[in-house]
Amino acid sequence: MSINQKLLPLFAAQCRRDLRLSLRRLGDIAQPILFAIMVITLFTIATSAEPKKLAELAPGIIWVAILLSGLLSLDSVYRSDFDDGSLEQMLMSPAPLALLIGARILVHWLSSVMPLVILTPLFAQMLFLPADLLAPLMLSLLVGTPLISLVGAVIAALTVGIRHSGMLLALLALPLYVPILVFGAGAVVAASQGLAWLGAISLLGAGLVIAIVLAPIAAAAAIKVSLT
Amino acid sequence: MNDLPANSTVLRVKALSYFRNEEKIFGPLSFVLEAGNALLVTGANGSGKTTLLRVLSGLLKAQTGEIIVNKPGNIHSDLSHICAYLAHKPGHKAELSCLENLEYLQAIFHEAKPGLIEATLAKVGLAGLEDTPAKKLSAGQNKRLGLARLLLCHSTCWLLDEPYANLDLQGIALVNQLIAEHIQAGGAALLTTHGAYAAPAVPCQTLVLADLGGNQ
Repeated sequence: MSINQKLLPLFAAQCRRDLRLSLRRLGDIAQPILFAIMVITLFTIATSAEPKKLAELAPGIIWVAILLSGLLSLDSVYRSDFDDGSLEQMLMSPAPLALLIGARILVHWLSSVMPLVILTPLFAQMLFLPADLLAPLMLSLLVGTPLISLVGAVIAALTVGIRHSGMLLALLALPLYVPILVFGAGAVVAASQGLAWLGAISLLGAGLVIAIVLAPIAAAAAIKVSLT
Repeated sequence: MNDLPANSTVLRVKALSYFRNEEKIFGPLSFVLEAGNALLVTGANGSGKTTLLRVLSGLLKAQTGEIIVNKPGNIHSDLSHICAYLAHKPGHKAELSCLENLEYLQAIFHEAKPGLIEATLAKVGLAGLEDTPAKKLSAGQNKRLGLARLLLCHSTCWLLDEPYANLDLQGIALVNQLIAEHIQAGGAALLTTHGAYAAPAVPCQTLVLADLGGNQ
């Protein structure tokens, strides 16, 4: 198959299809944003509204809110493709499945997680985060949130054949998100105490590089197992 | 259509059985599918027709038996690459238009050729609906879109699961015409029906799947 020399157009075709689908389901883009805003609002209601205390909690709250809304959108990574048989066609096509899945994961991050990263300055204002901590927070989210999509896509691939797998998905994925949260929120906390914080983000970056290479392959293998 | 000489074997199936949780779904089955031939698989609901097609398409792995593709010793490999599968599920996205769906499917299955998609859509009777989202199409029109995908895949072997379902009389005639053309061009087709619909108007062998195991 001459298709082997044409990996980039394949990747582009998958991205184009998935971006089109995201744009036609604008509600799916709005939901994670609204969810994150709700979680952050609930935190401010439930804890004292003292700016000083909120500012201390802000990095953790923002990270957890984005992590949870990313988690809730995971089920949509393969669900509709599984339901309408598109996943079977992707499996049967001569195109390498890992490449198509990689594009699928990229579009999930772009449509479900990246809008939250863009809105983070707003969240930071809501929680009185000191202005000098915004840069470490944004950097930790930019490096850390693609890991949410990559690691989550592998878990979602394992549960794709199971109906109503939402809770199972959360139970499997959350333990794997702990290191992302520790390094991501930890970097911002370290910055707030005047300590060196780039180290934690470098570790996240190392994890990201490994996940970009391995997660699509693992997810493709998991889909083959789930469907057969 | 790959360059197969006429009457060469596309698929040779030997003593194929499929079990789901120890329960036998079908088999043991043995048959040969030659290029330029169609094989009609009939049987009651639940006799394993869809499972057989999913095994042949490479989506499921049979526990016993062999599927030999083109040349011997090629068990289970490249199965999905010579077969195109038309299933009960549409295989395309409801939110995308006919054109966008086929553009994507053509990109992942075959090299894109400009103009081919429009011609194919016209051939299956969807001319004028290029920009209509698939969710606005009727069940029969969705089936026709599936047939257009089949034409664009250029696979040797067509696996058609109840291709006549939801189609009107012209649609049934269209399926028969497409199968006849595919077979004349050296392809092969394997189609299932539970008997309530018309059989293809091409010479074909029949394989009857009996309930609970036995064959022929």
